[in-house]
Amino acid sequence: MHIEVTGLNKHYGDFHAVRDISFGIAKGRLIGLLGPSGGGKTSILRMLAGLETPSSGEIVFHGRKVVGLPPQERGIGFVFQNYALFKHMTVYDNIAFGLKVMKQSKALIRERVLSLVALTGLAGFEHRYPHQLSGGQRQRVAFARALAPEPQLLLLDEPFAAIDAKIRQELRSWLKETIARLGITSIFVTHDQDEAIEVADEIMIINKGRLEQKGTPWDIYKHPQTPFVASFVGESTIVEQVARLKGFESADARIGTRALIRPEYIEIGKPGEFRLASATEPAVVKQLHFRGSAWMVEAQVGELTLITYRSLEKETLHPGEEVRVLVHRAYLFNEGESWIMENGLKEDPMPVHI
Amino acid sequence: MNMRLRSRWWSFGFRSAVMLYFVVLILLPMLGIYTQAFSRGWSFFWTSIIDPLAWQAVLLTLKLAVFATLINVLLGTMIGWVLIRYRFPGRRLLNSLVDLPFALPTAVGGLMILLLLGPGSLVGEAAASIGVEILFHEPAIVLAMMFVTFPFVIRAVQPLLEELDASEEEAAYTLGASKARTFLQVVLPSMLPGIIGGAMLAFSRALAEFGAVVLIAGNIPGRTLVASVYIFGEVESDNPQGAAAVSVLLLTLSLLILWTVNAVTSRRRRL
Amino acid sequence: MRRLWIGLTYAVFGLLIVIPLARIAVGAWAEGWGGLSAAILRPHALHALGMTGLIVLIVTVLNTLFGVMLAIYLARASWLGDRLRRLVNSLVDLPFAVSPVIGGLMIVLLLGPQSVLGAFFGSLGIEIVYALPAMVLATLFITFPLMVREVLPVLQELGTQQEEAASTLGAYSWYTFWQVTWPSIRWGVIYGVVLTVARSMGEFGAVLIVSGNIMNKTQTATTLVYQDVENFNLLAANAVALVLAAVSIALLLLMEWAKTRRGH
Repeated sequence: MHIEVTGLNKHYGDFHAVRDISFGIAKGRLIGLLGPSGGGKTSILRMLAGLETPSSGEIVFHGRKVVGLPPQERGIGFVFQNYALFKHMTVYDNIAFGLKVMKQSKALIRERVLSLVALTGLAGFEHRYPHQLSGGQRQRVAFARALAPEPQLLLLDEPFAAIDAKIRQELRSWLKETIARLGITSIFVTHDQDEAIEVADEIMIINKGRLEQKGTPWDIYKHPQTPFVASFVGESTIVEQVARLKGFESADARIGTRALIRPEYIEIGKPGEFRLASATEPAVVKQLHFRGSAWMVEAQVGELTLITYRSLEKETLHPGEEVRVLVHRAYLFNEGESWIMENGLKEDPMPVHI
Repeated sequence: MNMRLRSRWWSFGFRSAVMLYFVVLILLPMLGIYTQAFSRGWSFFWTSIIDPLAWQAVLLTLKLAVFATLINVLLGTMIGWVLIRYRFPGRRLLNSLVDLPFALPTAVGGLMILLLLGPGSLVGEAAASIGVEILFHEPAIVLAMMFVTFPFVIRAVQPLLEELDASEEEAAYTLGASKARTFLQVVLPSMLPGIIGGAMLAFSRALAEFGAVVLIAGNIPGRTLVASVYIFGEVESDNPQGAAAVSVLLLTLSLLILWTVNAVTSRRRRL
Repeated sequence: MRRLWIGLTYAVFGLLIVIPLARIAVGAWAEGWGGLSAAILRPHALHALGMTGLIVLIVTVLNTLFGVMLAIYLARASWLGDRLRRLVNSLVDLPFAVSPVIGGLMIVLLLGPQSVLGAFFGSLGIEIVYALPAMVLATLFITFPLMVREVLPVLQELGTQQEEAASTLGAYSWYTFWQVTWPSIRWGVIYGVVLTVARSMGEFGAVLIVSGNIMNKTQTATTLVYQDVENFNLLAANAVALVLAAVSIALLLLMEWAKTRRGH
């Protein structure tokens, strides 16, 4: 189902929860609404479902205006954060609920429920009650229940929030695959950037009720359009006086400019490890943290502390050791604008030959 | 579309019916009694109130209700504690018996007190032998009030005691506090909201009690005539407006208590 | 110390509840089975018990229906608005604060023969005060909060998510109520019914005032007990009280059973 949202607003009393949001979603896409808690993501999802009424704005499903239509008539499936399974019904009855409402024949219901049970890997659990299931199983029941009436649009509110970290990984890829296989347009809400990046075809970043940016995960990571997006997605350090870094002397031409530097923009090593020694500057290793697959290094450069990673394959650094640091690029922003600046010395126009 | 329209009519009908029921059944009578109390003007209201028999009845009710409440606070705290903290034979039976004064008709409660204290009973004989009269005197009224309000404090204290983490007490012990000190400084403060809330409900119920009291009070004006029985007497002697005046006094007091309790408990819930 | 507290607890229960109850039973048996059955089978006693039964039935049905609906509106309805909802919610408890005698007085004042409404109904030949309608009204008033107070917390704890889930699956309110909400509030409603039955059976003060306690007409079981005591007919009073106490205890046991059932 193709979805078109224009000028969506939601007020709760004095609180302006959703501010003038517009977007379009192509059929079959899997969209992640990403942002901090309380930013209005869930309100947007609930307005799409018809569980909340927008204060103003238009929602169009496949050419049909749906604002004012109750949830019963929107042809959507909704997976709630805490699943909202009917706790006095078995797994079978939970999944069959929507089909019974549609007054399908018993045989048809049975066939559909059993195929969904198989799809979600719940075979053998049909006669259990929700409280007899694990978190991951409940999530899959909620998913199967939402899919049973064959909705055109699937909405998922923090689908993995209540699941153990270990199983979460597994469920994510399972969900992504299943949705891709069914080809159903889906929107899920999350506050976890890894989850959004990993699962979604496209991400919409929502902050304080505003849509900050919409794009593929790679787009958003590579070309953040607002400081919020840049700092929210990926790891980063904010540097106030970026002009003190070598190669960025021209950065504070505009007043109030600050820099956001991701760990992967920074290279750290012993003096001999760099090809472009002139672009590097001296630093002292402040702290080392073992992060499983790499060392996280805190390096002191003048008065600034930068954070980066160093491969375990390379020679191990030690706290207090004098090293060199190369900052490849920085994401700069001030009140009104943001732009990306490459290290000016990296591509030295007049390399010095000795 | 048609179905939605029809369901809208249905729900409109339901809403109006429920709200009408509420207004007619609860609000109208309440408003009625306030307007009736003042229907013959302020001066009539005032003379009804300052009738010595009237204010003596109200004062007596207040005094005895305070006694009954205090005794219930002590007994209720103890029983609540015993029923939650100790395991002993008959505990479950006693725990379900707590609610019996709520379940029993108050007239039956009054009859029970009458039999407990009356001639030929153990308590009645014992009191008579030392020259104390109970039945048809103030102690009997206090006992009747105690009986009907018996469950309040217990039921308000129990959930708090159940919630109270045993580790809090253990922490106090490891810090060297004695049992008595731990009880007074750790356990009692967490029971306090329940004790206060239960006591206020018990007090307001004791003020209002009629059925149990009327049978055992003797109802001598100025001495053992409580407010509710006074009101009853005024109605029987065809002075409903005078009864309404005293009712308004009693009612306002009960309402204040009720709303205080609600405010206290709702604040506790928010914390 | 522990022994002392447990002993004291037993003493209080024994003195306040068990011994008096036993005395009622013994008093009712004072002249054996014959005396007991004669007291209960007095025509006006049977009529009084029937009256009580009728009032309990009407009041329980009405207050269950309206109580559950009001609880649902207080927990769910957006049309009420937050302020109004809070106001109604605090007003529901009013009857708890009202002495039953005052409750009865209210009805006499509003609908009694001297009142406008009472005169109006009187001219139509409908008796309200000193007849069944006023007794039912008084009991409805006294017992109204019980059902709301049992069901409302259950609804609030239940939350709206299951109902929202049902609506996204295409179910409308009626279907959702019976399939999703009802199974969850069922035990709360059963408690409410038990409490309402107990309270309406036991109501005395309000009924005494509005009924006039007319033998064979408006006398109920509790007002009969009162009258028998006033007439120093303790045996008869005990007999009727024993019937009432037996029903109360049965209700209490039902409640305990319901609690253990709900636990599962």
